[in-house]
Amino acid sequence: MSTLHTVNKSPFEKSSLDACLSRVGAGANVLLLEDGVYAATKGTAVEPRVKQALDSVKLFVLGPDLMARGLSEDRVIDGISVVDYAGFVDLAAENDKVQAWL
Amino acid sequence: MRFAIQVNEGPYQHQASDSAYFFTKTALEKGHEVFRVFFYHDGVNNGSRLTTPPQDDRNIVERWAELGEQHDLDLVVCVAAAQRRGVVDEGEMQRNGKDATNIHPRFRISGLGQLVEAAIQSDRLVVFGD
Amino acid sequence: MSETIKKFLYLNRKAPYGTIYAWESLEVVLIGAAFDQDVSLAFVDDGVYQLIKDQDTKGIGMKNFSPTYTALGDYEVKKVFVEKESLEERGLTLDDLQHLVWEDEDDDWAEKDSIELVSREEMTALMEDAEVVFSF
Repeated sequence: MSTLHTVNKSPFEKSSLDACLSRVGAGANVLLLEDGVYAATKGTAVEPRVKQALDSVKLFVLGPDLMARGLSEDRVIDGISVVDYAGFVDLAAENDKVQAWL
Repeated sequence: MRFAIQVNEGPYQHQASDSAYFFTKTALEKGHEVFRVFFYHDGVNNGSRLTTPPQDDRNIVERWAELGEQHDLDLVVCVAAAQRRGVVDEGEMQRNGKDATNIHPRFRISGLGQLVEAAIQSDRLVVFGD
Repeated sequence: MSETIKKFLYLNRKAPYGTIYAWESLEVVLIGAAFDQDVSLAFVDDGVYQLIKDQDTKGIGMKNFSPTYTALGDYEVKKVFVEKESLEERGLTLDDLQHLVWEDEDDDWAEKDSIELVSREEMTALMEDAEVVFSF
């Protein structure tokens, strides 16, 4: 079953992103939202981990949460798609289920 | 498509309720159905009508209630979690000998079975929390 | 209660007592048992701490809810998956956890282990297989 995984924690404070990425199958979709969006930006200590994940999973980041935090889209790692809430709803509908890594 | 939404955190402390609100609103605008929004853990505090944020801030409780009114949403607060945290309706007030209620009239208090039923009856369960 | 049977996965990733999530999610499992769904529990990351035996909460004034896990079998909750890597990372083995069993009525009520130790890879497959994932 295709799954949309959601991660809402900063990778610098909590291990949710790693917990998710180490257990998702190839072809999974992962959406970063709330403080999870910090993992989507370039030049961070977790960028290599995120880029490595991009080889096997699709990553998305919630645009409104980026903007709120003063992060423009050009700071997002290449290969990560920025979506709005409509895109989030579409992802939830297109996948067979949604799994939150709280 | 039919969604069930679970909100695990209270208003203002955490973004979860805001995120759940925008997801729910957008899903409804796109023509999806939202079977139920279930408030659990500290999320039950989203149903307190006594919430009074400063005027320049969003009113999270009223915002849910208005969305509920527009779309005839079933906004359910978990009874067990609500009792622990002092979120009370008329029935709970009488049953537990309390002197007040604080539930917003657009919300209702019910059992955990409502969450499980929502998960069974809906195509997707989307959980927002900490 | 319902004709639809879905594969439910309760995902437990949080330790007990520090926050209420573990206890209130167990309450959902108990209530949910009445709905006759295909239920699995997954304990990963700090969630494995929920199952440690000999919990004693007298000194912190909270209810010790760990005995409730041993009652899961009576609620027909028989599939409890614990991730091996999560245990190892925390210096734990299966012996540190409570012994959870269920009684098999098709086998003269023999007691069978509920806990199955699975690898991270197997946990991934379990998650992929689930139709509904409850997170708390």
